[in-house]
Amino acid sequence: MNLLLALILLPLLGAIVVALLRGNERAAKPVALGFSLAELVLAAVAWASYRPGGARLQLSGSIEWIPTYGISLSFGLDGIALVMVAVIALLMPLVLGFSWRERLPSERSRGGFFALLLVEQALTVAVFAATDVFVFYVLFEIMLIPMYFLIGGYGGSRRQYAAVKFFLYSFLGGLIMLASAIGAYSYAARTTGQGTFDWATLRGVLADAPTSVQVWIFLGFFAAFAIKAPLVPLHTWLPDAAEQAPIGVAVIVVGVLDKVGTFGFLRYSLPLAPEASQLLAPLVLTLGVVGVLYGSLQAFAQTDLKRFIAYVSIAHFGFIALGIFAFTSQAQVGAASYMVNHSIATGMLVLVIGMIIARGGSSRIADYGGMARVTPLLAGMLLVAGLSTLSLPGTNSFISEFLVLIGSFATRPVFAILATVGMVLAAVYVLRLYQRIMQGPLSGTALLDSAGGPGAATDPEFAASGGTGSGASRLALRDLDGREIGVLAPLVVLIVLLGLYPAPVLDVITPSVEATMSEVGVTDPVTSQGGN
Amino acid sequence: MDQRNGLGDGVTTSVLAAPEPVQAAQGAIQSNAWLIIAIPLLGAAVLLLAGRRANGWGHLLGCATVIASFGYALALFSSVGGSEQAARSLHLFSWIPVNSLQVDFGLRIDPLSLVFVLLITGVGSLIHIYSIGYMAHDQQGRTGRGNTERRRFFGYLNLFVAAMLILVLGNSFVTLYLGWEGVGLASYLLIGFWQQRPSAAGAATKAFVMNRVGDVGLALAIFLLFARLGTTQYAEVFARADELSSGTVLAIALLLLLGACGKSGQVPLQAWLPDAMEGPTPVSALIHAATMVTAGVYLIARANPLYSMTEVGQLVVAIVGAVTLLVGCVIGCAYDDIKKVLAYSTVSQIGYMMLAVGLGPAGYALGIMHLLTHGFFKAGLFLGAGSVMHGMRDEVDMRKFGGLYRYMPITFATFGLGYLALIGFPFLSGYYSKEAIIGAAFAEPGWRGWVLGGAAVLGAGLTAFYMTRLMLMTFFGERRWRNRTTSEGEEFHPHESPAVMTGPMIVLAVGSVAAGFLLTSGERLVHFLSPALGELQEGHTVLPHSVIPVLTLGLSAVGVLVAWLVVGRRRVPDTAPQRVSPVVRAARADLYGNALNRAVAVRPTVGLADGLARFDRAGVDGTVNGVASTLGALSGVLRRWQTGFVRSYAMSMLVGGVLLVAALLSVGTP
Repeated sequence: MNLLLALILLPLLGAIVVALLRGNERAAKPVALGFSLAELVLAAVAWASYRPGGARLQLSGSIEWIPTYGISLSFGLDGIALVMVAVIALLMPLVLGFSWRERLPSERSRGGFFALLLVEQALTVAVFAATDVFVFYVLFEIMLIPMYFLIGGYGGSRRQYAAVKFFLYSFLGGLIMLASAIGAYSYAARTTGQGTFDWATLRGVLADAPTSVQVWIFLGFFAAFAIKAPLVPLHTWLPDAAEQAPIGVAVIVVGVLDKVGTFGFLRYSLPLAPEASQLLAPLVLTLGVVGVLYGSLQAFAQTDLKRFIAYVSIAHFGFIALGIFAFTSQAQVGAASYMVNHSIATGMLVLVIGMIIARGGSSRIADYGGMARVTPLLAGMLLVAGLSTLSLPGTNSFISEFLVLIGSFATRPVFAILATVGMVLAAVYVLRLYQRIMQGPLSGTALLDSAGGPGAATDPEFAASGGTGSGASRLALRDLDGREIGVLAPLVVLIVLLGLYPAPVLDVITPSVEATMSEVGVTDPVTSQGGN
Repeated sequence: MDQRNGLGDGVTTSVLAAPEPVQAAQGAIQSNAWLIIAIPLLGAAVLLLAGRRANGWGHLLGCATVIASFGYALALFSSVGGSEQAARSLHLFSWIPVNSLQVDFGLRIDPLSLVFVLLITGVGSLIHIYSIGYMAHDQQGRTGRGNTERRRFFGYLNLFVAAMLILVLGNSFVTLYLGWEGVGLASYLLIGFWQQRPSAAGAATKAFVMNRVGDVGLALAIFLLFARLGTTQYAEVFARADELSSGTVLAIALLLLLGACGKSGQVPLQAWLPDAMEGPTPVSALIHAATMVTAGVYLIARANPLYSMTEVGQLVVAIVGAVTLLVGCVIGCAYDDIKKVLAYSTVSQIGYMMLAVGLGPAGYALGIMHLLTHGFFKAGLFLGAGSVMHGMRDEVDMRKFGGLYRYMPITFATFGLGYLALIGFPFLSGYYSKEAIIGAAFAEPGWRGWVLGGAAVLGAGLTAFYMTRLMLMTFFGERRWRNRTTSEGEEFHPHESPAVMTGPMIVLAVGSVAAGFLLTSGERLVHFLSPALGELQEGHTVLPHSVIPVLTLGLSAVGVLVAWLVVGRRRVPDTAPQRVSPVVRAARADLYGNALNRAVAVRPTVGLADGLARFDRAGVDGTVNGVASTLGALSGVLRRWQTGFVRSYAMSMLVGGVLLVAALLSVGTP
């Protein structure tokens, strides 16, 4: 059987099994975890069998679906899609591990929750693997349905509002993209006499299309992707979705789902509308840099932990957009690896914040303070996730951010310089958050009500010692347990490992980026013999 | 001594942008030089990951790793040998390879990096040993869970040493950047070590953020180098520096200087360094006096082929140094907190180093020499201050000290020698290194010689004043602590520190006395450094050569005398006098550096962020929702949200979409 097909179908099979078992939580949970681990193994096998520098699309396969319109269920992976598939496979067991005991709204079964997560995984793998534009569109929209139920069914108090908002934004963006896809189909039909949705064929046909045609095609795809990987000002669905979604779902939304947008830029916008991409690059670059600065300032001003994460991601998507549209291989490899590294870093940040919320029961930042003395391990984990978020050299995110900036500086120095300000702002919003939650004397209603009791706040000796001695024994606040350490440890390892030795990821991504660059028809301005 | 190229054919190369001969590392000692970094890094990993199990022996492991690194550094030093050796490069692995950008993870072993490695691991070892005693019964760190805090402390300290070694040993600007931000992280963790104290947490964040502002400069310089030369490796950049336009070189010089200002606490990014004294005192000695804060000087010395190409760039560096050395002195005169005085003294002394490296080939080696002697005496002074605090219940207010020489004689003696070295007492180490910088500053042509030299010599006088004031208030005069208590109401019982603390202080005091003579006799250090920094060029001073030392010593003597008149002869009031001149008031307010930061950076940013947050909800989200709700098709949706038919709506939407697709498809087919 085709490996890629197995990657798509295995989680789906898992979902069905888990859904059947959903009345029996004790069985459903390990089965779901087992399927997600099997998927991780499959993804590792796919990675091992992928040949960087080989065919443009590998592990591909195709089944005819609607031959009248040249639509077939065809799938294949390039390096960028491969790493994204690997990231989902990595995150899913961790998400399940986190959600093992997470409190769900009443009358909701955990089995159902896990089954929906597995469905979402299958659809996301498929959306990255699709090589037929129509199939991509269909998956892009279908993907919203399990997510809609995950947010709307299992989320916070305003989950219905957030779910509908999420759904409408993405769905409308998708419809606009559909118009573009149909436009591309018609153009192919008119010029070659044979309409098709096959990505590779369309790419060849559209390369020679007049700029005006390309611009319309570009804008249609752009609408969908700019909403998905939210670029300011189309971002407001994300803070609501992140705030209302259960933590595990928030990991999938900011870690994986949003990347479909930036992936779309690389796979569809650029190769299908090469001239328009270059023509309209200043627009996207502007939105990207605005996103970096706007998202960073917003993150700094947030009072809610989950909305904080959303704005951090918006800032990071700005960097990714900058990297993609600067048109150098360094910046684009940076952007593509940013997609991976953001999933790891922000995924970990969301999980750690979920663990904080699980202890205090509140997502308001002001309800926490001085936790480090009582939960040093949790504090350390927040710091590691935060340092990766602010792209400290030595962490994985640094590699991507550095590549994006150094690459874009060569062609777009003004944009790169403005985005570099985001480096300072990232330090501000990450360390301020850490300071407010972890440092200083133990404080905050979420902690004192659940732990030391109201007296703790007013007891001067307790406050001065920061929760030491007898104070510590009064606290019921637990540090991380074995399950939580198990969820976070793989991410910590990856953050350090990919920060010091990123070659495994860069080597897979680089040939695909080079291919994309040549499809757009641009070359690097800087050679090792010096540039301009 | 001539610089020779790799073929050894005796061709003399010019100092300006000399293409440096770089050879591959030879022999087992050189090709395993990465162990110098790996050992403390492994120590940090073990100490931070092993948890409480390591509480009992963590501090011993922490010391052992740094001492082992020092031993290796000595072996490496002797294997590299004399000053005529070329730089050795050691390729480890390809770090960031993307087409034309090939960032190598490798080491560069040359005189400049070796000098730093010895300083970092040598002084680092002493301070690690001292910390065993200092952190043993640390008031804030007591947890009742074994000495978890001390283990964590040694873990961070090991991490710092490893990062600092990467900074100086790396063979490209990007590996330097890795170490650069790595030491920033270690500094952040250690300033905020007592993180339950809000002031410590705030100081840590402030330090990191202000450093990041500087780091932007360093990052942009790297981007610019890559855009113009396609490389970030030192060897290639320096070999091909002449391909750069003069404007580019100036831009790079100024951007690197911005980075140096952040890391080294130079004006205008100086405000974080005094706040960094919130960290435990060994941290102040190692990171915020002897090593990390001098990284800016290292950076400029390392990039000397670029700075030598731009006179304007050099001048800006020198001016920043001169301004900073005066600012540091002036503020240092106004504080009563012993650590803050020493902190501003550090700011000021690094100003001297900056001034020196800003003089170009005339000063690179002098800056490094002052950096080394300062490493000894300032580390010693901080350890001495730590010893005083150790015996005085962590009190830092000098107005509560007095007459302590009787109670802590070793601390007094070692501190006193460091003090004499710092104010440039003849034949102690500071005398040689500072005197040389002042002489070189006066040798600048025209008005520059007068201005830079004048600032340097004035600084010497002010240094003598504030250090004498500190000395007198702490060790001499009335024992003011006898009728005072700590802010927690405890009485003082001053006592000498244990041998594990006084031992390193004694070693550093010996260094403070002898280092200057040893390094300058026969121009030993200058010759050793010449392959990396070029030959020292001496110019003609605007003042006669013999006048300068006399002037310096005279002004220093005046400084000592005035200090004696102010705090030695008269009784020291319990609280700082309030009726003071505007100059003193300004100095007490850090010459309004913090106020300026708040006004131009902090408040506008916070205001903008809060404003944007309101705008995002009301403006952006409101507009989008508004547009949506006014669209006829969507108004129905909004009504349905409230009635709870969302799910059916979502499905019908999807069905509608599919139908729409079908419709469009049929239209689209030819």
